[in-house]
Amino acid sequence: MTQQEYQSVSPSDFFYRNREIAGFSNPSRAIYVGVRELLENSLDACESAQRPPNIYLRISEVSTQNNENGTAIYYIRVEDNGTGVPAEQIPACFTQVFYGSKYTLKQSRGTFGLGGTMTILFGQITTHKPVIVTSSTGEEIHQYEMMIDIQRNQAQILRHSIYANEKKWQGTIVELQMEGDYPRIQSRMIEYLKQTAMVNPYLDLTFVDPKNRLYRFERGTVKMPPLPKTVRPHPHGIDVETFRRLISITKSKDMKNFMIDHFQGIGSITAERFLAFAGIDSKQKPINLSPEEIVKAVYAAKDYSDFIRPDSSCLSPISPELLETGIKKELDLTDDDFIKTVQRPAATYSGYPFVIEAAIVAGKTVRKIGQGIHLYRFANRIPLLFDESSCVSFKVISKNINWKTYKVEQDTSLVVVIHVCSTKIPYKSVGKEFLADQPEVEKEITNAIREAARDLRIFISRSYKLERQRHRLNIFGKYLPKIAEFAKKLSDRIDIPAIEKLLTEVSKDKANDDDEEENGSLENNGILPEPEEIVEEIIKEVEVVDDDGKENK
Amino acid sequence: MTMAKKTNEAERQRDTIEKSLKQLGNLIYDQINEGEFPWIMMQSRSIDNIQYDTAVRQYILGDRMIKRHSRNIKHIRPFTQLVWTAWFARELVKLRKTSTLREVYYSARGQRDIEYADQQESDNIITDLEVALNKAREEFGIFPEERSAIFGDLTIEYTVPGYEGRKTNLTDHPDGVMVGPAVTSSEFVETTANKILVIEKGAMFTRLVEEQAHKKFNAILIHTAGQSPRSTRSIIHRLNKDYNMPVYIFTDGDPWGVHIAMVIVSGSANAAHLRGLTTPDAKWIGVWASDIINYKLPTENLTDFDKKRLIELQEDPRYKEEPWNREIETFIKIQKKAELEAFSRYGLTYIVDKYLPEKLAES
Repeated sequence: MTQQEYQSVSPSDFFYRNREIAGFSNPSRAIYVGVRELLENSLDACESAQRPPNIYLRISEVSTQNNENGTAIYYIRVEDNGTGVPAEQIPACFTQVFYGSKYTLKQSRGTFGLGGTMTILFGQITTHKPVIVTSSTGEEIHQYEMMIDIQRNQAQILRHSIYANEKKWQGTIVELQMEGDYPRIQSRMIEYLKQTAMVNPYLDLTFVDPKNRLYRFERGTVKMPPLPKTVRPHPHGIDVETFRRLISITKSKDMKNFMIDHFQGIGSITAERFLAFAGIDSKQKPINLSPEEIVKAVYAAKDYSDFIRPDSSCLSPISPELLETGIKKELDLTDDDFIKTVQRPAATYSGYPFVIEAAIVAGKTVRKIGQGIHLYRFANRIPLLFDESSCVSFKVISKNINWKTYKVEQDTSLVVVIHVCSTKIPYKSVGKEFLADQPEVEKEITNAIREAARDLRIFISRSYKLERQRHRLNIFGKYLPKIAEFAKKLSDRIDIPAIEKLLTEVSKDKANDDDEEENGSLENNGILPEPEEIVEEIIKEVEVVDDDGKENK
Repeated sequence: MTMAKKTNEAERQRDTIEKSLKQLGNLIYDQINEGEFPWIMMQSRSIDNIQYDTAVRQYILGDRMIKRHSRNIKHIRPFTQLVWTAWFARELVKLRKTSTLREVYYSARGQRDIEYADQQESDNIITDLEVALNKAREEFGIFPEERSAIFGDLTIEYTVPGYEGRKTNLTDHPDGVMVGPAVTSSEFVETTANKILVIEKGAMFTRLVEEQAHKKFNAILIHTAGQSPRSTRSIIHRLNKDYNMPVYIFTDGDPWGVHIAMVIVSGSANAAHLRGLTTPDAKWIGVWASDIINYKLPTENLTDFDKKRLIELQEDPRYKEEPWNREIETFIKIQKKAELEAFSRYGLTYIVDKYLPEKLAES
């Protein structure tokens, strides 16, 4: 019999061994994910200070390795003007992988809750270089040079320097090195930064790439959406482990108070009713709950239908106004372009509140991007760039929406923006790049696009009318002079008769007077497959047709 | 027979046509000058406005008129094309030149902003101009590609530039003379012939020339090469009407041959707006379905396409008369057809020695 040795694995060790889970699957993806983690930390830091972020990002090449896959060592520096990290917390904050200890919810960017630690870890294991963190909360400036002790899951501080802070600088600078393949991810990186600037219009971002090219993403506003509130979890969304931990730390004297104290929207009546429904004695001490009772309570919480809707004050949608600002500036829209942004009321899935925001953009500027529908996806103000066709939002625009209803044809150029904010984004896979087909989420995305598309329809019919008008003028402007010229020749006259009066008459025409030909072309192009419409929605769309009928009069 | 020569007939005709073209120009010019979108009225050429007229014994256009109005965005392009075509036609008449339909199409393409998708569109506008002016396009110098020929003792005098006054006898060329603009516009001077034999096929035409059929039957031979072109139908009409020559038509014994004869007799729906192209007294003398039986000709079976065509012909009011009706029924009965060349089975000269004399005597 052989002796099998078991040993425990620290969280850092676990991620070290399974780094592809966190997105560090190949050299080009690694550098993208690394920048993303650091940048999003910076954004969070600035937002919690309610200060419009100024972020400086620099990537430069340190050395080219002579290996077949063409990777290089890159130096990455991210600098922000956020709150700064208190000196004593810096080592833990940046080098420890740790479980969250709060039992409350609020919308946050952090894709994995690991901050930039994974990035630092990845840098360390590919280059064996320390990370340098410089930060100040407004007092003196602290600089740490650190490595992660992977097995012990703790910082190994190589140097700690303190500098005077005469200019009262506040913020954080992270500098590290990692192996990567920047050229292969370059276009995605720029796209990522551009979309980040789009969905965070109050962000001022400067980026210098490895070829020393400068990219500036200037802010379009200093207004920021209000910070999300921290709320207690909704009973629908609780899982067994969280419930167990709450039981173990609670100070509530009995189950009734436990429910009131730790969950949102529960008063004494609801608590009593729910516990009766779950078959748990409301007088029982929480600590005495058996494991079976815990499981029973969690399942009952999912089934009980009389809780009030989850509180959405923990969410921080961008707002239609700011979303419009961001899209306008990053797409260089002009006043002639169409943009409609909408925000849906909060909805819930499995106990998690979420809000969908959407935008539709059309017009000349969009036509320059190319034909068809261009989809921009965001989750909690993070751009999602990969696996578009697996995303539920893609399913919505390609299947659920009948674009013909909105006069969108195959060659119409559109930008569709979807922003999902939630305390728990329904990602479908560990890659966290696309949203799962949650029916509630799918329905809300569909509704959001339909709402925005109603105005689009009016815009498109107006453009058609203008287009038709131009077309008519062109036709008459082309043929009338010919008629005049040959009528003159045919009748042996000397002067060509004046046609200006006739052209003026044409320009006064209402374009929708006749024009049988153009009407035909509208119906010709089938675009996307026929949708499976939700019944109530069809009724709404019929109403839209009526609206436009009035519009035509 | 010396023919009554119509002095300067061609000259007079040219004058008239030039005037009506200029008049069209005046009309349009004045409309524009008065600040009005120019328009013209013309008879509608749509199917429901084409009807068979038993009095004139041909298809004619009905009373329905259409207004081609340059104010209408769908009309302005054909309207412009029409004005240009009128101008082009007037230039042809002035310069005493002719042009084929295809040349007109390509001339338009040399003009900026006069566009045609294809020749069909151009041909259509030319027909519009015919309807608008009530004149055949040949009168303003526009002809189709030529393929038919004429042979026989007929002396003609050319009127085309460079040949004015020059005479030729149509027996001078044993292959026949092509019926082009020059022949079409010529004056007929003298003839010994007293009838016209119209033949659908080139091989039989050559056979008749070789066998001196023109002498034997005192006939002018005309080869239509399938469906006869309008200029050929116009010559047949002139010889029949002005010189009282009876016309005998001799085609393949099948539904297509039958209809070639019928178009010479009563015209086509496409030319319903024109007069002077039909010869109502012309006689179709063969090859009849009954000839197939009587002369025991080698045959082929009717195809489905042939059968379908026969049914169509039966529905045409013109085929209610004899011998048309009887022969079509016979075709349907025997389900056979025979070509002109089928007579070769009895030797090359049989048709001239035996068949034609019999058929001519019969009619």
